[in-house]
Amino acid sequence: MGVAIYLMALAVLLVGLYAVVAKKNIIKIILGLLILDYAVNLLLVLVGYRTGGAAPIRAPGQSPAEFAARSVDPLPQAMVLTSIVIGLGLTALMVALAVRLHEKYGTFDMSKIRRLKG
Amino acid sequence: MQAILPLLVALPLGVAFGVVIVAHVPRLGRLTTTLAVAAVLVNLVLAAATLGLGPMRLFIGGWGAGKTLGIELVCDGLSQLMLLTINLIALTAIIFAGAYMRRFTSPWLFDALFLLMTGAMNAVVLAGDLFNLFVFLEVAAIASYALVGFGCEAEELEASFKYLVLGTIGSAFILLGVTILYSVTGHLNMAMVHEAIQPVSGSPAVLLAAAALLGGLALKAAMVPFHAWLPDAHPSAPAPISAMLSGVLIKASGVYALARIVFNVLGPTIPYANVLMALGTASMVIGVFLAVGQWDFKRLLAYHSISQMGYVVLALGAAAGVTAGGGERWIAQLCLFGGLFHLFNHAAFKSLLFLSSGSIEQQAGSRQLKELGGLARRMPVTSFCCRVGALSIAGVPPFNGFFSKLIIIVALVLAGHPVLAALAVLVALMTLLSFIKVQRYALEGQPHAETAGPAAGTVREAPALMCVALAILAAVCLLAGLAMVPLRDRLFGPAGDALLGVLP
Amino acid sequence: MNGTPEHEGMTLVVRSTARLITGFIAVFGVYVALTGHVSPGGGFAGGVILAAAAVLVVLAFGRRAASALVTERTCHTWDAAGAMGFLVVAVLGYFVGGFFVNFLPVGRLHELVSGGMIPLANLAILVKVGAGLAGAFLALAAWRRLGPAAGRTEV
Repeated sequence: MGVAIYLMALAVLLVGLYAVVAKKNIIKIILGLLILDYAVNLLLVLVGYRTGGAAPIRAPGQSPAEFAARSVDPLPQAMVLTSIVIGLGLTALMVALAVRLHEKYGTFDMSKIRRLKG
Repeated sequence: MQAILPLLVALPLGVAFGVVIVAHVPRLGRLTTTLAVAAVLVNLVLAAATLGLGPMRLFIGGWGAGKTLGIELVCDGLSQLMLLTINLIALTAIIFAGAYMRRFTSPWLFDALFLLMTGAMNAVVLAGDLFNLFVFLEVAAIASYALVGFGCEAEELEASFKYLVLGTIGSAFILLGVTILYSVTGHLNMAMVHEAIQPVSGSPAVLLAAAALLGGLALKAAMVPFHAWLPDAHPSAPAPISAMLSGVLIKASGVYALARIVFNVLGPTIPYANVLMALGTASMVIGVFLAVGQWDFKRLLAYHSISQMGYVVLALGAAAGVTAGGGERWIAQLCLFGGLFHLFNHAAFKSLLFLSSGSIEQQAGSRQLKELGGLARRMPVTSFCCRVGALSIAGVPPFNGFFSKLIIIVALVLAGHPVLAALAVLVALMTLLSFIKVQRYALEGQPHAETAGPAAGTVREAPALMCVALAILAAVCLLAGLAMVPLRDRLFGPAGDALLGVLP
Repeated sequence: MNGTPEHEGMTLVVRSTARLITGFIAVFGVYVALTGHVSPGGGFAGGVILAAAAVLVVLAFGRRAASALVTERTCHTWDAAGAMGFLVVAVLGYFVGGFFVNFLPVGRLHELVSGGMIPLANLAILVKVGAGLAGAFLALAAWRRLGPAAGRTEV
């Protein structure tokens, strides 16, 4: 069980990478990049998991030692929050670029957006 | 001084947002560029003030060294060198941009994004833990994606999109590497990861993390075979941004991070050294071969960036190899001196060349070498500075490029890689050839009647602000070579020692 | 949608509902941000909910009618103000010892007035994220499919 879930997260990463590499539509490439980002976030959260652990919210009256012994690791969750916000900023930029590219080139097809060569 | 370290980051960020507010106040719209120049100038003064103060460490929020989870800022010799480089080049670029960006209708947007990028790069070199490094790498990268496409022409948007896709893949792999390192060691602080990793440094998990990190960072540093975004992104950006990207971004987010990770986090071992040397050699050779056939001035400069970064990474790899193989420390220090000196020099002369290409493009109307010509007479200051830059990159004494390339070649021979040293000499000769071509077509001779651009007859000198920026960089190119020994004692020596772990 | 170039808003049912619940959505967003130090949420989540309220206003009433409330200029200004607020909170820490050091009383766990300066930081992030996302939506919604030659030529 332990290894299988990490392999699943890596599989999602590979799906995202495939979409970026093999697809021609800009929107599909953007979706592939998002999937790639979220796969790494998923892996990051999984790293902090502890079997049978509780959510990292300290109940009233719980001592720090008890809290540390029972909850899942909260640090990857804080890191993932930042990473999701970074992904949001990237998404906004990517979509804006896609809209502008459509306006300039008239198409969403990456194989036609090839004016820079050499 | 230690307590003021965060201001090196907070000041550009704060002024970036201040620029946005000021730009929307009805009367004060013109002030934005002045604010930006002032912020970068203050930053440069602060960065210069950190020199020679020895390594400084600061835990944000007063959390103290006992707690292992805080954000730590570390300013050792290498950070001080990078801070100086980043802020100096940023100052000249923003001075240049004061005149160059008048053609756009939203200069405040440019100033805000530029300050964000500068602040984030300062934070990258000050970061003492892996996740902070990643976050500010991303901030600088996103600001640069937006700046590359700033002019919103069709080709600029295409270049920006391509750069964005490849940059995001690189960042995802960097985060993957940080994740695996966290899962193996349980720490994010670079010093603690370094200690915790020693017992398991050969294990598959650490090797996977190293592969992901090295791959992602090599993409950020535009090493071959991950270089495909650079020849499109750097020429399409406006000239001051090309100078910043080629001059500092690939160094601060690519080469600096590579050096930190390999030397200070993972520890230099023979496999990592071989990887670095392979990446460096491939970039050096392939970059210059691809550059020789280019006729677009900025694209030629972009390919040469790949090649010169190859020199730096090759020198870093040689130093890692010497350290891992148990060789003499002074040879490793010489390799590092050569590599870091070349990093600084490349920042200076590549920014000079990109800024002068911006001047030429603005005044003469074109960047194709075949359409230019005879600029030496019509634009004396710009072509003098362009000549200084071309001689520096080609490695002609007494300019700085000669000294740094010589040191790298000698260090490679001493480290036991004579073939690589011969390749470095060959690449230097081809760089010289390429820039003789640039001089001949752009600066000398007469404008070609058939292929000349529309403004060929009426070309005048660039505005004063642009010339000032060019002159500052040309002076740096000349003085850095002549002042090599004092610079080594004060600047590059401590930087190399910080990587090797030699205590001051 | 209606076929006119300027989006005119939606039907009566949508508009009445939007009038009723937009305020509640905005208040909920502020609540999530302000109690970020005692329960899950915090500045970013609150900001997203606040931006959703702004997006609802623009979608339901049309961009022209909503521009009395939400324009791109106000979004830029509040965005920058939120970020400056965060930096001000961080720099105020210098008065008590260093960058980002806590200067308010920490209080007891699980109370609303606790956690030092973290609620202030959350508030600043709420403003920044809310304004930023609403501004991004407005910037993207400004484009219409008028063909490859149209549109502004600069950022």
